Amino acid sequence: MQIDLLIEQVLNGVQFGVMLFLMAAGLTLIFGVMGLINLAHGSLYMVGAFACAAVAAATGSFWLGLVASLAAAAAAGAIVEVVVVRRLYKRDHLDQVLATFALILIFSEGTRWLFGSSPLYLNIPGALSGAVSLPGDLDYSLYRLFIIIVGMAVAAGLYFLIAHTRLGMRIRAGESDREMIAALGVDITTLYTLVFALGAALAGLAGAMVGALQSVQVGMGEPVLILAFVVVVIGGIGSIKGALIGAVLVGVIDTLGRFLLPAALHLFLPASQAASIGGSIASMLIYVFMALVLVVRPQGLFSANA
Amino acid sequence: MRKILAAGVMALSIGMAGTAFADPIKIGMITTLSGGGAGLGVDVRDAFQLAMKKSGNKDIQVITEDDARKPELAVQIADKMMQSDHVDLMTGIIWSNLAMAVVPNVVAQDVIYLSPNAGPSALAGKNCNKNYFNVAYQNDNFHEAMGQYANKDYKKVFILAPNYPAGKDSLTGFKRYYKGEVAGEVYTKLGQTDYAAEIAQIRASGAEAVFFFLPGGMGIAFTKQYAQSGVGLPLLGPAFSFSQDVLGAIGDAALGVKNSASWSHDLDNEANKEFVEAFKAEYKRLPSVYAAQAWDTANLILSAAAKASVKDKDAFRAALKEADFKSVRGKFKFNTNNHPIQDIYVREVVKEDGVLTNKIVGTAFTDHGDAYAEQCKM
Repeated sequence: MQIDLLIEQVLNGVQFGVMLFLMAAGLTLIFGVMGLINLAHGSLYMVGAFACAAVAAATGSFWLGLVASLAAAAAAGAIVEVVVVRRLYKRDHLDQVLATFALILIFSEGTRWLFGSSPLYLNIPGALSGAVSLPGDLDYSLYRLFIIIVGMAVAAGLYFLIAHTRLGMRIRAGESDREMIAALGVDITTLYTLVFALGAALAGLAGAMVGALQSVQVGMGEPVLILAFVVVVIGGIGSIKGALIGAVLVGVIDTLGRFLLPAALHLFLPASQAASIGGSIASMLIYVFMALVLVVRPQGLFSANA
Repeated sequence: MRKILAAGVMALSIGMAGTAFADPIKIGMITTLSGGGAGLGVDVRDAFQLAMKKSGNKDIQVITEDDARKPELAVQIADKMMQSDHVDLMTGIIWSNLAMAVVPNVVAQDVIYLSPNAGPSALAGKNCNKNYFNVAYQNDNFHEAMGQYANKDYKKVFILAPNYPAGKDSLTGFKRYYKGEVAGEVYTKLGQTDYAAEIAQIRASGAEAVFFFLPGGMGIAFTKQYAQSGVGLPLLGPAFSFSQDVLGAIGDAALGVKNSASWSHDLDNEANKEFVEAFKAEYKRLPSVYAAQAWDTANLILSAAAKASVKDKDAFRAALKEADFKSVRGKFKFNTNNHPIQDIYVREVVKEDGVLTNKIVGTAFTDHGDAYAEQCKM
């Protein structure tokens, strides 16, 4: 086993994890503060990717696209909160799941209606394309490195926002006792809309950054949404720190599993069988990990309300 | 009174016309119109409908439903189409895992199924069926062609496909004709969008080229990430990885890539020129290989309908088997297992008038059948 291959795979895992963190952070904030299960979070990810692709195609600038993705996803999030989600806070989780599932269908069909069902073109900006040499003779995609850095910066920013600002204080207060902070005169309605828009913007940012790497198409958000829920469950509901650590764990386990399991099975199985069986087991690995975490710590690794 | 009489005469004449020409045919089309693989299904539906429209045949009714690439949904739709719509023929499925879920059940109920795309090996050999016609290919075919082609230039190739029936057929097909060394063999999850782990393995494998089969959005993601990784080994693939539906989204990263197919829009024959012109005029885009296969499927049905009534299953099957239609692939006939015998070409991705597309650069096989036909006892 070459050591630089292993390092590269760990970096890949971290990059995947950081992307999941951007999704899971919004999800866990919304659940922690408002007690709402938002299945439509994947649609906001898609909105971000489409906004970025459309603006980048019109202006030729990926960076403007990135700004547009933040704005479009935040706006879509705020509108959804005001028009639909606001009515759901007092309802039980089944109603929330039903209503936000309907939102997925509406977003998907709406996007298809606007952009068609063929995937859109969105490429990595010239300044970030190609590979960089890291110490130890390792070539690594510059863009993936960029995603890691942006993700870490967002994590640091969120930590600062929640731990050291007035808004963050209100968010934390909202998590522990929402009646009390409403009684203290904090405008809870606006706070909810803000939190929802913030979560949506993070999802949109993830969608735009990943869209350039993968493909921008209708339905791109749902597979990521499932993983983001896994991250939230592992990390502990409502905890940003949990979301970060859970996301990186899921990313690294998934990536290393895909790479190491077939290699391990190949020690005693023929190559094509090892590849096929190893691949199948690898795709289950993170769910097995989630089940283990639930057995040992049912509230997740860093539950906010523990 | 005159009105009633007139209506009666009308009805009578329509009824007479019906028996004089053909029985009405009801076709159930299940295809992927939403989610990650929607581009493929949309091309199949559009080309099929266009062929029907061009023929002017009013006796054929097509019922189209979306399977969203979900096997369980496809099975439900198939049951509904057979039991409540009473369709005579079925077609449309893109993905082999869906075909495996639907087709055996459909053909067992004596409904004829014509595949415009998927051709899993499990349905081509021992489990072949007189009601199952594959108008596209047996899954292994395009990959076999690329294996054959790779012999010429590369001694060590890394191979990659999704973990589902067509993916396994793909790598089996490639290895059947490729004589060199396989530097690594990887199966990815169906629908996977991040290939960093696989690209790192390719980099470490010491291969001279990469053969990959990743249709739809998976191929877009892989090719873009591969171009970014700086690995830079030549890419090979079947047409599905570089079909017209994904080239626009991949962008220039696809230029120069070799891929194999039974069809290309520049294939020189009358039927193909007519098809490409009609498709471009109607939908303002270039057709993909999926569209070409669906167009052929529609024309095959039309040719059989002109010869036999769909109510007489034996006669209709015989008429289908003759394959007496003008294929956009030039020549086309059915093997003993109702799978095609056809030429397979090597194409290269080029830019024509600013649009990325494929151009034929060679022929890998002439009159190529499949490896499973002899196991088929019909």
